[in-house]
Amino acid sequence: MYILEGEGVTKYFGGLAAVDGVDFRVDQGEVVGLIGPNGAGKTTLFNLISATYSPKPGIIRFKDIDITHKKPYQICRMGIARTFQMVKIFGNLPVIENVRAGAFFGKSTSVSSANATKDSLELLEYMGLSQVANTPARDLTLANQKRLEVARALATKPELLLLDEMMAGLNQAEVAGAMQLITSIKDRGITIVMIEHVMKAIMNVCDRIIVLHHGKKIAEGTPQEIATSESVIEVYLGEDHHAGSE
Amino acid sequence: MPESIVNILDIAIGGLLLGGIYALIAMGMSLQYGVARVLNFSHGEFIMVGAFSTLTLYTVVGINPLICLVIIGPVIFLIGFLLHRTLFHQLSLRAPNADAYAASSILASFGLLFIIQNLALLGWGADYQAYTYLNFGVSIGGAIFSANKLVILGFSIGIGLIFYIFLARTRTGKGIRAAAQDPATASLMGVNINRVLALCFGFGAAMAGIAGVLYSMRIPLNPAMGTQYTIIAIIVIVLGGLGSIPGAFIGGLILGIIGEVVTSIDPSLSMAAYYFIFMLLLLVRPKGIFGK
Amino acid sequence: MDTTRFKSKGFYIPGIITLIIFAGLVTLPLFGSLYNVILITTLLMYANLTVSWVLFSGLTGYMSLATAAFFGVGIYASALFLPITGAELPILVVVLIGGLASSIIAFGAGALTLRLRGIYFTIFTFGLVVLIMELLNWWELSVNKILNRYIMLVDNNYIFYVMLGLFVLVMLTFFFIRRSKFGLAMRSIGENEEAASHMGINVTMVKIVTFAISAFFMGATGAIWATKLSYINPHEAFKVLISFLPVLMAIFGGMGHIYGPVIGAVIFAYLQETLQTKFSEIYMLSFGVVLVLAILYMPHGLVGLIQKVWRRISGGKRVHT
Repeated sequence: MYILEGEGVTKYFGGLAAVDGVDFRVDQGEVVGLIGPNGAGKTTLFNLISATYSPKPGIIRFKDIDITHKKPYQICRMGIARTFQMVKIFGNLPVIENVRAGAFFGKSTSVSSANATKDSLELLEYMGLSQVANTPARDLTLANQKRLEVARALATKPELLLLDEMMAGLNQAEVAGAMQLITSIKDRGITIVMIEHVMKAIMNVCDRIIVLHHGKKIAEGTPQEIATSESVIEVYLGEDHHAGSE
Repeated sequence: MPESIVNILDIAIGGLLLGGIYALIAMGMSLQYGVARVLNFSHGEFIMVGAFSTLTLYTVVGINPLICLVIIGPVIFLIGFLLHRTLFHQLSLRAPNADAYAASSILASFGLLFIIQNLALLGWGADYQAYTYLNFGVSIGGAIFSANKLVILGFSIGIGLIFYIFLARTRTGKGIRAAAQDPATASLMGVNINRVLALCFGFGAAMAGIAGVLYSMRIPLNPAMGTQYTIIAIIVIVLGGLGSIPGAFIGGLILGIIGEVVTSIDPSLSMAAYYFIFMLLLLVRPKGIFGK
Repeated sequence: MDTTRFKSKGFYIPGIITLIIFAGLVTLPLFGSLYNVILITTLLMYANLTVSWVLFSGLTGYMSLATAAFFGVGIYASALFLPITGAELPILVVVLIGGLASSIIAFGAGALTLRLRGIYFTIFTFGLVVLIMELLNWWELSVNKILNRYIMLVDNNYIFYVMLGLFVLVMLTFFFIRRSKFGLAMRSIGENEEAASHMGINVTMVKIVTFAISAFFMGATGAIWATKLSYINPHEAFKVLISFLPVLMAIFGGMGHIYGPVIGAVIFAYLQETLQTKFSEIYMLSFGVVLVLAILYMPHGLVGLIQKVWRRISGGKRVHT
């Protein structure tokens, strides 16, 4: 059984296929990287998995259950959580309330207020956000807002976590912190699929990498295989040469 | 001509008449919303002011209502232009972002609604008033129409088309369309954006005023009459697609014809019919018939 | 730590003030004049509508203009079941019917429209008022041939206590929803609906249920208010102004605090009651002027709140930085 599986997943916007017949499989406990040039369809694929859109045609399964036509909140309650490329925190709410919302409504449906608070405080501690627990989320630095999104996603108690460009806009030290965080989330037994442009991070933390280009899957394999794949090098060097530059 | 054809012709002319007025009102509102970003809930009050001013000028001073068009149109344009230069421009300076501006301008337009309507109540009183002008029959192919109906029809559609050509062809019109598309780029390209926005607001108000001048020939006037036209204008611009000027023009004509058809069946159902269509459209195609 | 937030010292003083005001209200008919009882009933009516409006729109950021529709449905419930010829049902049952009928309409309208974003929802709710009014008007005139419906007289103190009861209920609902898990879901929707849905919040359900709860209080308030009117017809029952006043009252009072909408409603309703009969036009005129000036020169307390509502109206999803 794969934790996540897609068959012929396709999404058109107007006449343009943003994601075009992509097959993918994710094993329990893996960290899978999703890479590709801008406009390759990575975020669209995330949106399809998390049910912002429905694939047409195509099937997506989570632990062998067809989730193709589920709603976002159902997807989340089944155990898939996500973060966003452009952070979507609840800016006017205190940090702790952001996380509590995740704890209340995530996978387990009936959580007492005290337990939600307790879990949230633990998560904030884990994320290093304890000091800012009562600060309005909009006042955090970008790096901390991204960590808050991860904390909020983890509060829903996911089995699968989708991370959309968690490291974009972070400095060297923050990137190192984020890489550590991903390894540590993996150690908690949570499967991760991550979209990332920071090649150093992808190469170091991923078990496997899927490469998208113009909506199609053009390569898949271990970091070493991808790094040496001619078609991937062609795609990246042919466009802009920022692989590994950060 | 057979009776049924006369009836159909009557409904068609009536529908176009109503549609022409709706088109003018809605094009005005569409300019104010689509370019100046003000969803103007006091729009109908400018119709009321145009209508009452015509009544006063005609019955007291004796000025022909069609001459009133060229007096009242520019005056209301100026009022709209100045309102934007002062009130709405100030609001835009104070608002931290576009959302805040849109919200505060909607509320300010509620305020204007109260101000204009109650000034009119103080000035013209709460009673219904009417006057007659060109109220004689004209025969077209056997069907009799009152002359003022045909005059209103001709003028409203004519003014609507002239305005559309103005937007499409002239330099100012192109500036307005550029500003509607992308204010930042338009100002980089030398369009004086504040002037263009005020112009649009003024033009929008003037079109409401002109619609009021024309329609006052046919309906009894009352200071509270404006609000229903604001509502109709909102329906039409949703029908035509929020912010689309040709959409507002065509949407107005369509709604007018529908209104006339329903009225011929049961007059008390026409507003209900508008709302029915409008709500159906919101549910099925919220971007409007002509929206992208 | 978070659960102790509400037990802080700051909670006691407003609590005591609330109790004093409440005690004053409960005993008002004993010492107050009839004029005052009627006046306070009116203030409570506006407060009920304003708090009900904030309950849905203030928390979720969806600006509803359907208040007059629900209020009018409540009024009509009384017109149908409490005719001048004698009550067909107990008054409190009619109040309940008014509330439930509004709730059901809100539920249906919400299920259809709350998937619409922003300005379309606002326009739709605005249309709902006129649609119901026009249909009812057609039904009354063409089918029933009834111009006005006359409603039975009810003791003013009784009306006052029912209105006060509803006020207490709506305030308690508002108070507890704001602090509940459900309230957190609503505020999450108000902040960022997309993120809320991806965190397991059934956003459609939350919005529809809240819309229906808010409509219940508006309908119930309309039903009891109707007994103060001697007769009604669709034009009297469904006034578009009733949709706007709660918005203005809430914004003036400020929606950030539970007392804000009440204060806004009480101030405006008081001025309206004392000035409107004598100087109707002048009052409404100054209302407009004050509104415009306040928006221009009192941006704090206005803009921040309007912003959230507007973010929803315009459907824009702006990035927090």
